[in-house]
Amino acid sequence: MNRPLLHSMHRCMAVWALVLLAGLAHAAPPDAAYAEAVQALPEASFREKAALVAALVTQGHPNARPLLAAMLDNRLYADDRGVFIADADTTADAEPVWRDALTLNPADVSLGSRDRIRTNNSLRAALKVGLAQFDLVDPDAKVRIAAVRELSGDLDDDVLALLRAQQATDDAAAVRREIDIALAVYQLKDDDPALRLAAIEVLDGEQRNLVYNRVKPLTDPAHEPDAAVRAAASRVVAGIDGWREIYGALETLFFGLSLGSVLVLAAIGLAISFGVMGVINMAHGELIMLGAYTTYVMQLLLPNHIGLALVLAVPAAFLVSGLVGVAIERGIIRFLYGRPLETLLATFGLSLILQQVVRSIFSPLNRSVTSPDWMQGLWQINDLFSVTYNRLAIILFMLVVFALLLLVMNRTSLGLKVRAVSQNRAMAKAMGVRTARVDALTFGLGSGIAGIAGVALSQLTNVGPNLGQAYIVDSFMVVVFGGVGNLWGTLISGLSLGVLNKLLEPAAGAVMAKILVLIGLILFIQRRPKGLFPQKGRAAEGH
Amino acid sequence: MKLKSILTAAALGAASVAAQAADTIKVGVLHSLSGTMAISETTLKDTVLMLVEEQNKKGGLLGKKLEAVVVDPASNWPLFAERARELLAKDKVDVVFGCWTSVSRKSVLPVFEELNGLLFYPVQYEGEESSKNVIYTGAAPNQQAIPAVDYLMNDLEVERWVLAGTDYVYPRTTNKILEAYLKAKGVAAEDIMVNYTPFGHSDWQSIVSDIKAFGSAGKKTAVVSTINGDANVPFYKELGNQKISAEDIPVVAFSVGEEELSGIDTGPLVGHLAAWNYFMSVDTPENAAFIKQWQTFIKSQKRVTNDPMEAHYVGFNLWAQAVEKAGTTDVDKVLAALPGLETPNLTGGVAKMLPNHHITKPVLIGEITKNGQFDVVWETDGTVPGDAWSDFLPASKVIEADWVDLKCGNYNTETKECSGQVY
Repeated sequence: MNRPLLHSMHRCMAVWALVLLAGLAHAAPPDAAYAEAVQALPEASFREKAALVAALVTQGHPNARPLLAAMLDNRLYADDRGVFIADADTTADAEPVWRDALTLNPADVSLGSRDRIRTNNSLRAALKVGLAQFDLVDPDAKVRIAAVRELSGDLDDDVLALLRAQQATDDAAAVRREIDIALAVYQLKDDDPALRLAAIEVLDGEQRNLVYNRVKPLTDPAHEPDAAVRAAASRVVAGIDGWREIYGALETLFFGLSLGSVLVLAAIGLAISFGVMGVINMAHGELIMLGAYTTYVMQLLLPNHIGLALVLAVPAAFLVSGLVGVAIERGIIRFLYGRPLETLLATFGLSLILQQVVRSIFSPLNRSVTSPDWMQGLWQINDLFSVTYNRLAIILFMLVVFALLLLVMNRTSLGLKVRAVSQNRAMAKAMGVRTARVDALTFGLGSGIAGIAGVALSQLTNVGPNLGQAYIVDSFMVVVFGGVGNLWGTLISGLSLGVLNKLLEPAAGAVMAKILVLIGLILFIQRRPKGLFPQKGRAAEGH
Repeated sequence: MKLKSILTAAALGAASVAAQAADTIKVGVLHSLSGTMAISETTLKDTVLMLVEEQNKKGGLLGKKLEAVVVDPASNWPLFAERARELLAKDKVDVVFGCWTSVSRKSVLPVFEELNGLLFYPVQYEGEESSKNVIYTGAAPNQQAIPAVDYLMNDLEVERWVLAGTDYVYPRTTNKILEAYLKAKGVAAEDIMVNYTPFGHSDWQSIVSDIKAFGSAGKKTAVVSTINGDANVPFYKELGNQKISAEDIPVVAFSVGEEELSGIDTGPLVGHLAAWNYFMSVDTPENAAFIKQWQTFIKSQKRVTNDPMEAHYVGFNLWAQAVEKAGTTDVDKVLAALPGLETPNLTGGVAKMLPNHHITKPVLIGEITKNGQFDVVWETDGTVPGDAWSDFLPASKVIEADWVDLKCGNYNTETKECSGQVY
């Protein structure tokens, strides 16, 4: 049962005979043919299953739709009594509700004896096309449009007849337009040049790949003898090419901004501890990692509310990383002010310790953080341009964090004191500012922001003990490029490094793009050691 | 200085243990227990310990007990060579099971050849090597990459190919072989896209977008992935986010197994493919027994088994058989006894030791399921013999490895001579 590949010859033959029988739908009573095809499913090989699915679609039995949908979702099971549909995943906690595939009546299926009816990629593709044929008459116009899209491109006579029938009766203009396109794409292969030309006229203005791929050959004299058709096809292709370039540039910009946002998020905490306080904190990456692990723990605590857990993880990660940061400042860094080399060594050692602590608590394996539904998928703006929700969310999140941080630095008493201490420690002390306390809070703020960055990164990359190491170099790069001690500089430099990277990537490849950015940065720092936006007046490292 | 003295102390400690238990057969274990590779290699260390324990329960070998000597090369390639020398010269182990990455294997190779050690290497690799002192129990390219491409070409009717890999020796060599193979099969150069990314790459937006554009030219497209380790998770996530389903553009991976899937949300991966010589989900009595033994040994019902573990299982049994047959653990005699030996593998077939120091393996293609396991969708009839030198690279086509008749790992069939290299 589990190894459909190892068939004995004669059973193969029997199944094929069944397929043939099922195909002759009008010869046998429909219910019997349906039942026969369904009951042949569990023992069939993948190739035979594809034939059975085709037969089921041709028969058009009303119960076939839920059966095929279940098969596509891996919810179709068989035991020695028959074939059964589960209403939900069997790996979920609760046992699903079962129905008999033949009658759709409720059924009882025991855990031990059932076997899933397996599918593979090509079978699932066939199932999607088959389901689309059922969906052509769905009451929902959106479902009908999706069905036509699924079917178009590969029409046979049966589907063609179905589409024409639907076009004549459908009351939604959008569906009729969709069918027009499908039929026009089909008509591109017609022998009559006039019909081909008419088809191109219908397709003019459409940007989708299918149209482009099918019209493009018609621009080539080797494929298309008629000059008028070639001219029309060239016009359509040129139109799409123009839009493709524009949207391609937009896409690169979006990719660059989203990569830049990740860089800014990772670096902005460092912009405070390194930029404002002048502390070289090599454990910054580990503070990010702690934030990511906080997200993981929150999801463990709230396993049924993934989205809520993610939202709550933001303040939680700020607190966890912030408190660790305050502890680091009080425990280690305050004894080392003004000794950057020792600070560097001490925090580097600390970063190793934090990694090992996480390894001991959570195991060296990566932990799985689930993305909530609203951060999955993409926003299809049109046929050529779409943005993924998770990247969009990260860009917005970065802007919010940045705005809040600016507010704290410029509008609160803590911000005022932080700036005062960083500009002139002695004078601030003389004015009654408790500099030690301000140091601890500033470092805690920077660390807390790093924790928040960890929450964002948990949605993009692996949550593991090495997470922080991957970002520490990039973070320093962004801060130094932007100009130490300047939050706006960090924002601009992060975003521009991201965009630069993405501009180079298509031409140079991911590895080379990184190298080129680094080389460019080294040259830039040679020319302007203080970065893009150097701090004016007394520098932060003056204490 | 301090570190050095600690290391010396540790080495002395190991030596004193060795002195006490003189009448044991020593099995060296050379797998990273810390650093980036620890994720994968710790499991293999535990596997060898389990196999040693099992053998001791059966009474050991040649009337002696087996004793495992574990060292930690810490994912540090030069340290691999140092630790290997320590195992062979100081601990005088009779056999070593170890290494994961190709670069670690290349690093210990000269040590094993100089000191005439015996290494069992359990991971799929790029081929183009056959050493007298190494037994390759993982897959050569013709036991993994080539059959996987055949499956995509024949069963899924793929016409356009993306070869995506991490930027190091295994993906580069494998992709070179695959490119030559595809071109030999009549695939045009513009239908092949090759892409390399750094280790641990996490920003896949533009690459996935490129793949999407490459795959939207109206021909069925597939990705052949030699992307290594961690970088796979954000890659598959991005595929899911950009709505590229396994039915549109299937990805077949050579480095993603059960162990790698156990740490991630498998939702976006369902339906994508992997090619291996063993899957935990294969339903045979041998496999059920192995899984049970492993989960009992490691004291967790959640732990999974994977392909390199099976390779160690096969390798260990072959070695034990060879020792019994030779009546000694002497490396030369064991090496002479090995070719031709057979042992059952865990998927219902037989692993046979070949003269070129590779073994016969079945090739399985599996689709990833929601619970982090694989559904086998295709497998070879019987087993495939491992080929050390690829038949699809012009320079290696004429080279043959045979340690029984030719006594050479790189015999040139045209010039009729052994190139003189040690390996």
